[in-house]
Amino acid sequence: MNAISAFVVGLLFGTGLIVSGMTDPSKIIGFLDVAGAWDPSLAFVMGGAVLVGFIAFRFARRRTASLLGGAMHLPTARQIDRPLILGSLAFGVGWGLAGYCPGPAVVAFGSGQDKAVVFLVAMIAGMALYEAADRHFHARRRRRIPRELSDVAGDA
Amino acid sequence: MIDWAHFTPWTSLGGGIMIGAAAAMLALLNGRIAGISGIIGGVLRPAAGDMAWRFAFILGLLVAPAAYGLVAEPAAPTIDAGYPVLLLAGLLVGAGTRYGSGCTSGHGVCGLSRLSPRSLAATITFMLAGFATVYSLRHLLA
Repeated sequence: MNAISAFVVGLLFGTGLIVSGMTDPSKIIGFLDVAGAWDPSLAFVMGGAVLVGFIAFRFARRRTASLLGGAMHLPTARQIDRPLILGSLAFGVGWGLAGYCPGPAVVAFGSGQDKAVVFLVAMIAGMALYEAADRHFHARRRRRIPRELSDVAGDA
Repeated sequence: MIDWAHFTPWTSLGGGIMIGAAAAMLALLNGRIAGISGIIGGVLRPAAGDMAWRFAFILGLLVAPAAYGLVAEPAAPTIDAGYPVLLLAGLLVGAGTRYGSGCTSGHGVCGLSRLSPRSLAATITFMLAGFATVYSLRHLLA
C-alpha cells in the first residue's frame, strides 16, 4: 500500500512540475535572473505548493501514525548549522549553473532529454560522493561515541 | 523588469497546487517528507523495508512525462548549459542537497509549509546562491 500511494504521489508531483513549467531549465534561470528580464513564475509554484502544504502539515504534525498505519517520519532537527548552510550554498550554485534541481531533473530524465541524463548521472554521483565522505567521517567518530548516541539527522 | 512573455502565473500556481497536494498526500498517507534529494539519497543508503516506497515514488516521477503526453503536448525545454557545466552543476546539486539535508522540495515546499526555521534558512541560502550564480554568469562574465 505504501508503495502504491508513493507511486501515485510521485506521478502527481512530477505532473505538477511539468504543468508549472519547472522542468524547463530556462524558466528556472529566468526566475533566478532578477537583474535581467525576470520571470516570477517559480514564486507562484512555491506559493501554491506551500499554501496546500501548510494546511496538510498542520494535520500531519498531530498524527502519531500515517493514514496507512505506518510511522510518521517528519523531521525533528531544528539547528541551523554549518552543513545546512554550506550544503545549501553548493546546491544553489549548481541550481543556478544548470537550472535543474533534483525533482525536475528526474522528470526530465524520464522524458529522455540527453542533457537531463548527463545532469542526473552527475547528481547521483555527487550524492554517492557525499555518502562515501559521510561514512568515512562517521566511522571515525563512532569509535569515540557509542552507536545509540550518534543519531543520524533525518532528511530536510 | 518582468519578463511578461515567459511569465505563467496561472499554470505555475496550478502546478504548484498539484505539488503541494502530492506533498500533503505523502505526509498524511506515508508519513514521509516529499523531498526528492532525500528520497533518492535514501536509495544510496539502503535500509531494509525502506526501499519500495522510494523506488515507487521515483518511478512515478519518471513516468510523469509520458502520462502528461497522453493529455497535452509537452513544451520543449531550453537548456543553455553545455555538458561540462551540466556535469559540474550535477555534482554540486547532488553533494550539496545531501550535505544540506534537502532541496527545493524538502526545504522549499515541505519545510516552509511546516514553518521550519531550518528550512527557511536553507531556502534563503540556496535562492541567494542561485541569484548570485545567474547574476555572475549573465551580467558579469557574459
